[in-house]
Order: sequence, then C-alpha cells, then structure tokens
Amino acid sequence: MSATAPPPRLALRHITKRYPSVVANEDVSLSVAPGEIHAVLGENGAGKSTLMKIIYGAVKPDSGEMLFEGRPFFAKNPRDARAHGISMVFQHFSLFDTLSVAENIWLGLDQSIRLDQVREQIAATAEKFGLPLEADRPVHTLSVGERQRVEIMRSLLTQPKLLILDEPTSVLTPQAVEKLFATLRQLAASGCSILYISHKLDEIRSLCTNCTVLRGGRVTGKVDPREESNASLSRLMIGAEPPLLLHRDAKLGAVALDVKQLTLKSDAMFGTNLDHISLHVREGEIVGIAGVSGNGQQELLAALSGENPRAPSQSVQLFGADIASAPPNRRRSLGLFFVPEERLGRGAVPVHSLAMNNLLTRHHELASRNALAWVSPARSRSLAKDIIARFNVKAGGDSAAAKSLSGGNLQKYIVGREISAKPKVLIVAQPTWGVDVGAAAQIRAELLKLRDEGCAVLVVSEELEELFELCDRMHVIAKGKLSPSIATRDASVELIGEWMSGLWTTPVAAESTTA
Amino acid sequence: MNELALLIAAMLSAGTPLAIATLGLLINERVGVVNLGAEGMMLIAAVCGFAVAFVTGNQWLGFLAGAVAGACAAALFGLLAVWLNTNQYATGLALTLFGGGLSAFIGIEFVGKKLAEQPKYDWPWLSDLPFLGTAFFKHHPMVYLAIFLAVAMVYLLYKTRLGLVLRAVGESPDSAHALGYRVRLIRLFALMAGGALCGVAGAYLSVVYAPLWVEGMTAGRGWIALALTVFATWRPLRALMGAYLFGGVTMLQLYLQGEGVQIPAQFMSMLPYLATIVVLVLISRNPTWIRTNMPASLGKPFYPT
Repeated sequence: MSATAPPPRLALRHITKRYPSVVANEDVSLSVAPGEIHAVLGENGAGKSTLMKIIYGAVKPDSGEMLFEGRPFFAKNPRDARAHGISMVFQHFSLFDTLSVAENIWLGLDQSIRLDQVREQIAATAEKFGLPLEADRPVHTLSVGERQRVEIMRSLLTQPKLLILDEPTSVLTPQAVEKLFATLRQLAASGCSILYISHKLDEIRSLCTNCTVLRGGRVTGKVDPREESNASLSRLMIGAEPPLLLHRDAKLGAVALDVKQLTLKSDAMFGTNLDHISLHVREGEIVGIAGVSGNGQQELLAALSGENPRAPSQSVQLFGADIASAPPNRRRSLGLFFVPEERLGRGAVPVHSLAMNNLLTRHHELASRNALAWVSPARSRSLAKDIIARFNVKAGGDSAAAKSLSGGNLQKYIVGREISAKPKVLIVAQPTWGVDVGAAAQIRAELLKLRDEGCAVLVVSEELEELFELCDRMHVIAKGKLSPSIATRDASVELIGEWMSGLWTTPVAAESTTA
Repeated sequence: MNELALLIAAMLSAGTPLAIATLGLLINERVGVVNLGAEGMMLIAAVCGFAVAFVTGNQWLGFLAGAVAGACAAALFGLLAVWLNTNQYATGLALTLFGGGLSAFIGIEFVGKKLAEQPKYDWPWLSDLPFLGTAFFKHHPMVYLAIFLAVAMVYLLYKTRLGLVLRAVGESPDSAHALGYRVRLIRLFALMAGGALCGVAGAYLSVVYAPLWVEGMTAGRGWIALALTVFATWRPLRALMGAYLFGGVTMLQLYLQGEGVQIPAQFMSMLPYLATIVVLVLISRNPTWIRTNMPASLGKPFYPT
C-alpha cells in the first residue's frame, strides 16, 4: 500500500472467537475501503453472523484486532458502535408494529431531536436515496419491503460510515431487490462502506466489488465476485459444487388435494384474510406457492393442515372428501401430512427426544390397537433410528433432544418423519429455510423422490430458486389472493416477481379450464 | 336536586383513589408488566400514609409516605419480576398477600385512632354556586390532581419521547433492547412510578376518604383498578371515566340502601364488583379495541441477549 492511500474504513486482523462446542471464527482477516461494497459469503453456520456481531459490538472476540478508520477500535456495545458510525440492518427487523414510521425511526436516533425534525430528515433522505416512505403510516400496515426501508432509513439517519446488511433480500421480491441495490450503490458512491452478508451468489456477483468467503469459521477465499462464476463461488463456500437434481417428467394421477374458493378471516392481530383461494394438487406432481411472507401463507397452511378448522364446508377436499373442518388427526389418517415452517415449537418439541417427537404426528402407528392405546416407547425409538439412518441425520441418537440438532439436521428429521409415514399428500412450508446447502439438496431430492412415487406435494416457500428447482407448477400468493398456476418451464423470475406484488392479469377462473 | 349534587360529589370522591391507582397500573402495563400486587401496595401505602399523617399531623407528609411506600413495594416486585424473571402473576399475587399481612402488622397501633380534623376545601365564589358548587367545587385537592394526572399522562404517553420509549418497551422489548434501550431499568422505573401512584391512592383512602385505618380497608379497589386498565384499553382518559363510573356505582348502592330499597344489602354491595365483570365481558366482545391498544409484550418476561 502506498503512503498516500487512505486507510481502509474497516480492517479486521486475525479475529478468533470460540464457543464451548464450536469455533465460530478462526483467524479471520478482512479489509473494507471507503465506499466499497464488500460481500461476506458463507453458508448458515459459517460464522458470518458472529463476525458481524463482533464488528457491531454485540460479541467480544477472544483474540485479534479491529481497526476502524485506521485506529484500533472495538465497540463496547451496539450503541457505542452506532455513535462511531457503524450501523446494522438486521435480518429480523427490530420495528415496533403499532408505532408510526417516524416514531420508529426517532427511537433509533440517539440525539435529542424533535419528531418534526425527524420527519423532515426522512423526507430529505428519501429523496436523496430513492427510499419512498410515508412518515405517519403505522408500521403494521407496511409490506415487508417497506419495513426494510424503515430499517435502512433508521440506519441512514445516523449517518453511518459503515453499514452492515444481514441477508437483506431474504424477504424481498426480485423487483424490490433491484430497488434496494440501486439505493446501496448510491449510498456507496456517497462514501459509505457496506458489508453485505449473503449466501445468494447471483446477488453478490451483481452488487459487490469484493468478496470474503467463509467456511467453518475460516476464510476460504478473497475474490472479486464479478470475475467469478456461481460454480467457482460455490466451491469456495461449500467446498463442492451443489449436486444437480434429477427432475423426471411428471406422471400425473388423480386430484389429491382440492381447494375451492377458500375465503377465511385471519385470527392473528395483523394477519391476512384469505380471499377466494382455489388450487389443486394431483398425485405425482409438486405444486409450489411463491410469495413474500405475510401474504396469507400462514393462514392458508393453517387451514390446510387443520390447525384452523374453521374453513367453510367443502372448501378443502382430499380425494373428494370434505376435510374443511376436520382436525389434523383425521387429515393424517386420510393421508395428508404437514411439515410446518417453525421447526422448534411447531414441528418438534425442543426439549423432548427425537423418539418422543415422533409421537407428535405418528402416535396412531405407535399406539397399541386396544382401547387403552398405550404408546410403545420401543417402537418410537426404533422409528427414530430408522429415520436417522434413512435420511442421514447427524444426531446423538434417538434420545437426543430436538433442540440439540442443527437446523438442517432437525429439518431432515422432521421431513423424514413425515415422508416415512407414506403420505398421499405432503404439505411442506419453507422446506430448506436456514438449512445449509448440502442438507437442502438432500431434502429437495427426497421431495422429488416422493413425487415420483406418486405423492401429491405442495411446497410453500419464499425462495424462488428452490421453487423453480422443485415444482411442476407454481402459484403466487399476494395479499391473501392466489394467482393462477403456471407451469414452471413457462415461468420466469421476472414474471413471478411481478405476480408477487399482486399484479397478475389472467383471471383466476380461467385456471380450471387449463388444468 | 341537592341529593343529585351530593351523589355526584360522592362519586368523584369515591372514584379518585380508583383513578389514581388505575393511572399508576396503566404506566406499569404500558411497559409490559402486569402487577397484580396493586391491592398489597395500596394497603402498605394506606397504613404508612395514615401513620405518618397521624404522627406528624400533616396529611401531605402522609401522601408522601404513601407514595414512597408504594414505590418501595413496586421496586421489590420489579427486582423479582423484571430482574430475576419470576412469573409476574405469581409475584403480584404474593405481593398482595404480603401487603395485606404487613399492613395489618404495622397498623396494630393505629386501629381506632382518629386523624386531626381536616380543613374544609372551598373555592372562592365557585363553591357557592347552586348545585355546581356542591357537586364539583368542595373537594379535596387530590380529586383535581387525579384529573390533572390523567391529562398529563395523555401528554406524556403520546406527545413526548419518554412516552414513546415507554410504549416501545411495552410493544417489543426485544426491539427496544436491540436499539440500545435499557429495557429492565426502564421497566423498573415505570413500575416504581406506578407503585408511587398506587401508594398515593392508598394514602388517599386512609388519610382523606375514611379517614382512619382498618385492616384490609382497600376492599378490592386494587383489583378493580387492575380491571379498569383493561376497561380503559390502556388509555388514561378512559381510565378516569371508568374510575368515576365505578365510584358512582359504589355510591349509588349506598344511597339506595339508605333510601331503604327492598334488596338485601349484601346484594347491593356486590354491585360494583358485578359491574366490573359485566364491563370486562362487554369489552372483550370488541377485540380490535383491545388489540390496537394493548401493549404487545404485556405479562411476558424479557430476557436480554
């Protein structure tokens, strides 16, 4: 480095952080120049989040040093970090639903300025960076993309020198991602450095000028992502190229799950009402439902799984039988199984063993046939052992507590539990959310295998990539309404992205004639 | 006509301790803490207030003692429920039982004692108005203070940054923590402020309203105040209205008993409590009312990470 070059905005040298059972970061060094958009790429559990928490002052490293604008600096806490110009936008928003946009932003500002001054600043910054926001709207009325804008606005008003974004696009439509990138490029041009954390290769290649790749807590590469391919980045990230999925032609059978004009009011505080939803899934096909979370997915899944049995009569049918008000047990006995989005708490009881967790959805098989219906622990344990072996789950045996498994392994176990029940219809929500690439590929392969065996599969996911990989047909859900279905080979990311904002032109009624 | 004026005056007087206690609990619940110990705090404050007013002969010192006693009891609750994350409901119930016992113990000396005669409170000119004077302008200053408090609390909660922080903590303590607010400290101070108001309400009962000390003299007013926070959907002015409504029902049944209405007195005494239940049922029928105003983290423990 020549003597005249300015010091990097941020430099990390040999950062190491150990937790009792795992090394989160080992000898990590990276450097970010002023105005640079620097990607930190890695799988879940690669140590990205820990590293960012160290920079943001939420975690103390065991060793190593950090230089901020050329001077040694470790933030004592997040407030201290913000005071020095380091700001962070979290993956899970820290917003207050009942307060207005301006109030939410006001709460994030440390200086004692008045609320009307905050409004002025919001208007000025919105103009400058193309972040349109209505200052007086309550946050609970905003879409997820708008909420993220509130978070980013809150960071911008503290005038950061370094902005950290943690998986910012996981909740955005493709169009909203483009808008976000435009804002970030403008921000970088104004001199702010950006650390962009992601595991999405395409995004990093189009946005970032430098990339540090982490695997297992160690730096495995420092590259210019614009000169790399997805395959080469992927090799750095997981040490191998992602396995290709085998997608055979669908052999369609009878209509298994049929949803007819399902209209249902939400029970949740700021929930979405379902509005005349119609879809069907045939044996031997995978149907996907895309959409940004909070557009009615939870309500639809609750009505399909039987968690909410208040759907109007005849609106949910399984092989022609009305199950709209049937409880989950009855649906299971008819062959409909369900993998919920929440692994811990809905899909499994965190503190119970894997064997005990089998009882959640398999208690009929595990109970004795007489009136007492004693549950057999031995059978439950052997079932757990079978699932662990068959689906390659890394766990400390059948007596391991569900919460002791990593996200990917627990998901494999839960999906395995439902698949091994030989379902006729399987509904899966977010099958690979927060799951590492290897486990995700395995789960997707299992779902495809199930389809080839003649099961009807419905996948609800926010990851478009995954839906394009898995599905034969796709719907999009937006504001409680469901788009018509489109064959995956006819769909494009742009089209689905448009539909995700609720803009589809084909009337829903036309679908029944094409199916 | 004059009877109606007297009834209104009695209603305001009876509603005042309820109003002050409800406003105190409203601060607590706005930051997300349910303090079922209201009854206990009021009892401790009532006996402390009475004792100090009796010994010093100054009722204002009595009120101060009540506020301090209430705040101390609330601080105890706060240490347990906010810092040690004990169950809020169980801890509150324990505080009520503890307060009942402690106040009875402190109060042994003071049973049957009488306070020095209080001055009459008159406004120049206003108190001489026919009807209005009797109904509204011959009250203890605390009656007017309660109204002022309710208005001040509207301003605090909805117009100031402090109020915004309080509401934010009650809405999502995790988000507030992520922004760097000291959630537990804020909750503790809000609890103590609420406890101090409950204390003032308790002292009002023993120093002004009764004015004497009897064991268990709050007679469920702490519980009614807790119900009133829900009744008011956590809004200060509605809390004030609710307090007067219940004060009115209490006075009405006494009045009707005095008139010799042929209903057993025991049933009449149930009226305010029955009214509480009926109103709570009616309120629950309108969930959106509650949802838009209820602090989202109400009653949930907060573990900082």
